[in-house]
Amino acid sequence: MRAMVYRGPYKIRVEEKDIPPIEHPNDAIVRVTRAAICGSDLHLYHGMMPDTRVGMTFGHEFIGVVEQVGSSVRNLKPGDRVMVPFNIFCGTCYFCARGLYSNCHNVNPNATAVGGIYGYSHTCGGYDGGQSEYVRVPFADVGPGLIPDWLEDEDAVLLTDALPTGYFGAQLGSIVEGDTVIVFGAGPVGLFAAKSSWLMGAGRVIVIDHLEYRLEKARTFAHAETYNFAEYDDIVVEMKKATDFLGADVVIDAVGAEADGNFLQHVTSSKFKLQAGSPIALNWAIDSVRKGGTVSVVGAYGPLFSSVKFGDAMNKGLTLRMNQCPVKRQWPRLLEHIRNGHLKPSDIVTHRIPLEHIAEGYHIFSAKLDNCIKPLVIPSAN
Amino acid sequence: MPYTAHKPPRVRSNEELRAAIPGWGADLDPKDRPSVPKEQFDPEFSGAHWEFPERQPEKWPRERSIEHKFLTPVFGTTTPPKGLSGAIRKYSYKKYSEGRAAHWLLLLAADRVDAWEHHLASFATLRPDNPITETGVLSEFTRHGIASRTGTKRADLNHQWIDPIIVGGPWILAGGLAIAAARRLARLRQT
Repeated sequence: MRAMVYRGPYKIRVEEKDIPPIEHPNDAIVRVTRAAICGSDLHLYHGMMPDTRVGMTFGHEFIGVVEQVGSSVRNLKPGDRVMVPFNIFCGTCYFCARGLYSNCHNVNPNATAVGGIYGYSHTCGGYDGGQSEYVRVPFADVGPGLIPDWLEDEDAVLLTDALPTGYFGAQLGSIVEGDTVIVFGAGPVGLFAAKSSWLMGAGRVIVIDHLEYRLEKARTFAHAETYNFAEYDDIVVEMKKATDFLGADVVIDAVGAEADGNFLQHVTSSKFKLQAGSPIALNWAIDSVRKGGTVSVVGAYGPLFSSVKFGDAMNKGLTLRMNQCPVKRQWPRLLEHIRNGHLKPSDIVTHRIPLEHIAEGYHIFSAKLDNCIKPLVIPSAN
Repeated sequence: MPYTAHKPPRVRSNEELRAAIPGWGADLDPKDRPSVPKEQFDPEFSGAHWEFPERQPEKWPRERSIEHKFLTPVFGTTTPPKGLSGAIRKYSYKKYSEGRAAHWLLLLAADRVDAWEHHLASFATLRPDNPITETGVLSEFTRHGIASRTGTKRADLNHQWIDPIIVGGPWILAGGLAIAAARRLARLRQT
């Protein structure tokens, strides 16, 4: 089969690989019909995530058709059209039993602090991902969901991470009616977090980024007020002014490890890997939220340390809430929202890249060329 | 204003927001939010039909965090550890917990070693690594590389110049060393 393969920082190519075999009785092999490149894939691509091995196939956002199932699989059969959450989870460990599917303890031998994620380094379990023609899907009875007939492929693939993560980020904010919500980052997750904040009754939603085309999308798709932080000397002061010096009730960090806005922070993390991630957006979130407010973090950071302004968070009495999104828990409600016309996930898709050209796809997304917001990957077999 | 007791007045009323934004307030009630409360004990919901999963066969000694009691019943099998990078990785897993910076710094070092092991090995194959095609940098010419960076304030332009140095620098250095070594060898043969 053809598959994207990591060759070292900033370098990937497409290679022939063996179709993955069934390794566990509850595995399924899925033929990928659509995949996506996620902003967090760029952390791998830039060599920031420890134990990212040459030869690994990335891709934790994908949908497909079941090709083969293991001997204990009851809920799926070959031919089923499925969407697969980015989390790999067993369903019955201490954490899964409480709905924390992103924190499963039975799928990642390499680390206890993070669950299993497709194509996301050995730190997340050492599983190949879905930017390929076929992928092994463990716990087929637990993770994947059948795609409803009425749901289009491009909407379904965004239900595997970006939309649930944004929606989850808004929930972590514990938004109450009339709240002012600031979202740092107008990428796919930030756009969905902003849109979801309205569903939860926000009175005002402000999105901050430095890419004008993404802020335009935040205005049209997410109905948000926008600020380009590159145009202000100090975005925190602007946010204080915009909220009559109170600060926002809720701030969502939808940027994570490669935040821009401070040269030193960015370079020490993204380029020289001396921090687990550039905490600029997180620090701005801590400073922009009102005292007693809530900071929700759905931006991804690595396992090393970052220079976070923890003193301000403590002195302001903040509630900090965060996690990788337990995707499957969000699906029933999100499907209702899509069906009711509240959300149209595929509105944010800007690029459809054939798998054979995926190296260009990564560069376009990483360098923010061509007004790229969300690139999808189309495997060769389709 | 924070200097008095009341919140700043609302910019738009609920009615205005409901009229302007599809679905506004549909999840106002926390009961409609799937992740509230955070923990919901319901082992039946997932579709699992086991209390503890069957164990996946371990085909080679699988490296694992020493914070785990045992090898997890299911695990990834891509790219087993090999060579010097593999030795560093195995040592890091065996010696240090996730709480130790040494664990992660060794793994990052192993990643860099791994990349060079594979770059060098690729030169003995019919498909050597090609930094031009593998970085996708040619899309700069087909996807508006210049237009995407001009006429707008972008905060990332102050560090993008470092990328070619990070990517190309080691290749140029390695090429230079190879040429120097070849020249030296030639000189030694002449004498």
